[in-house]
Amino acid sequence: MVNSKQWKAWLYLAPALVLLMVFTVWPIINTVRMSLLENYSGLKAAGGATFNLGFGNFVKVVKYKRFVSCLKNTVLLCLWTVPISTLLALLIAVALNSIKFLQKALQTIFFLPYVTNSIAIGMVFAAMFNIVGSFYGTENEIVVTAGIINNIIEFFGGHRVNWINSGSTYTANMAVMVVYIVWNALPFKILILLGGLQAINKQYYEAAKVDSTPRWRVFTRITVPLLSPMLAYVIITGFIGGFKEYTSIVGIFGETMGPANEPLRLNTMVGFIYDSLSNNSQGRASAAALILFSIILAVTLINLWVSKKRVHY
Amino acid sequence: MKIVLQDLTKIFPSRNKKSTDEVVAVDHFNFEIPDGKLIGLLGPSGCGKSTTLYMISGLQKPTAGKIFFGEDDVTELSTEKRGIGLVFQNYALYPHMTVLQNILFPLQNLTGPDKLTKVQMIERAQEAARLVQIEELLDRKPSELSGGQQQRVAIARALVKMPRVLLLDEPLSNLDARLRLQTREEIRRIQKETGITTVFVTHDQEEAMSISDMIVVMKLGVVQQTGKPQEVYDDPANLFVAKFLGTPPINVFKGRVEGGWLYLDNERVLSVGAVPDQDVMVGIRPEGFIIDPNGPMHCKISSVEVMGRDVSVVSTHPALVSPSIRSIVDADNKIDPAQQTIAYRIKPHKLFIFDSENEERIPFEVK
Repeated sequence: MVNSKQWKAWLYLAPALVLLMVFTVWPIINTVRMSLLENYSGLKAAGGATFNLGFGNFVKVVKYKRFVSCLKNTVLLCLWTVPISTLLALLIAVALNSIKFLQKALQTIFFLPYVTNSIAIGMVFAAMFNIVGSFYGTENEIVVTAGIINNIIEFFGGHRVNWINSGSTYTANMAVMVVYIVWNALPFKILILLGGLQAINKQYYEAAKVDSTPRWRVFTRITVPLLSPMLAYVIITGFIGGFKEYTSIVGIFGETMGPANEPLRLNTMVGFIYDSLSNNSQGRASAAALILFSIILAVTLINLWVSKKRVHY
Repeated sequence: MKIVLQDLTKIFPSRNKKSTDEVVAVDHFNFEIPDGKLIGLLGPSGCGKSTTLYMISGLQKPTAGKIFFGEDDVTELSTEKRGIGLVFQNYALYPHMTVLQNILFPLQNLTGPDKLTKVQMIERAQEAARLVQIEELLDRKPSELSGGQQQRVAIARALVKMPRVLLLDEPLSNLDARLRLQTREEIRRIQKETGITTVFVTHDQEEAMSISDMIVVMKLGVVQQTGKPQEVYDDPANLFVAKFLGTPPINVFKGRVEGGWLYLDNERVLSVGAVPDQDVMVGIRPEGFIIDPNGPMHCKISSVEVMGRDVSVVSTHPALVSPSIRSIVDADNKIDPAQQTIAYRIKPHKLFIFDSENEERIPFEVK
């Protein structure tokens, strides 16, 4: 009786299990295998070559100058965008939660980036930050204009900044990336935090009012602690997403991953893995993927450890 | 600090803008709460008692009327500036703070001349904790406390800043029966010790009667009667108040007054003096029945419940409006369970006559 029931249970689970095995479990195992075979390449393997077991891939990856710059870009982007986007999302969510008029309309507007293709948004941002500008007009008269951001800067009497074009500085590139990623990350965070805010019992605020609590103290002593589970979630997923940053760079800089004169300057960890794959160096790509995984794991563990002390469930 | 409510009215507009069915939650409430007294606002749910409390607290704005604390008109004053303590029905303790932090919270908000040092704050908090007997729980989180303990923390938090007025919203509704009994005495003790004017809201008449100096009985936003609990019980203004107060509840009959006598069905029950001839509603308290073989009122016995000190006789009568008559008589009365009917004499001061139309009390002189 018990056996037949178990057999049935396994049968019902089978479709999901098969898919998981083929598309998740086996790739993970295979990644570990490839990373430990020195100089592994799919093409060579198909040709019948054999590879030595060892940590050579990892050593090679770490020694790459490109890898170090990719790691630096990724970490920098994370450290800038996660705190900024979380703080902004918190302020916007609190503001949205405290208004009644137009709340639904504003909520929709803030959510729009989430349902828009990020490459498309990236191209729009690229146009906005452009310095060369776009050409329009007739055959006889061609008008050249810079991107809207530079137009605004000039309107207020500043000088044009070369944000993303050939010859731009690394700092300018990063600034554009931070603005873009933060803007792109806001909707999801606002959604989560707004949900959390609306779940907070209004009586806490009435109690605080009865006790003449100043607004700022209500925010720091009541709202933030009661929202801390949501904040922790948003921060942890923010870091995980940040370490996987790739499409946003492609969206703004295209496949060159940097200004024209400095290709690959803004490449990230995931970009490095893709490049290795396209070079048919699956061993190197796997090693880099595992390094990225261990970094994300470490950061998440640190996050969880901090949140244990700071989060009130 | 006495509290004066002057024509206090609260109207909730209807949710649908087109319809006009607004809700009058509180209708021209006039009352003066004497300084240092414990007042119970009593009524069934939806009678406006909580709304009244929240208007006193300032969390809700009255539609019309005025509220005075002492001589100050506080109607337009925001909650923050009223200096009240409020205990919520669900206590609303901050779940992420310890008991001590919860009690300290109101003190940390004090500014200007009232600002306290850290040491003073902790002293005050401990003093409040001692008053409600939770000194040993100061390091716990609210989730680690029982309902009764949470309730005391909530009272301590409300008391610690020495409010001018203490407001309690259904403070006992989340407690079990035994704890409720214990806690209501505690509230009484704390109120007596501090002497703070206290208003509390309850739907439980026993609770209100047992600890209040005065009770206010409300129905559908309108005050029915105010007074000392015993006075209201002994002298109800209308049938609603008579029915609302007392356990077991009052027995209600349809009757008729003719030639100075009250008739129930065809039995001439009581002489009611100069009351003009009319149909009336009659209420008889359970303790108003005296077993008397020659008594004028004959009831059919349904069951007899012996409760030690008393005997509760459940019976029926043709003129009865309530489901059954419950009379409480002394256990010395031996009632033969086999007997089908029982005859009663009625204590005149335990019987009330009400107008059959508006259910207002019709006073009569007992001969």
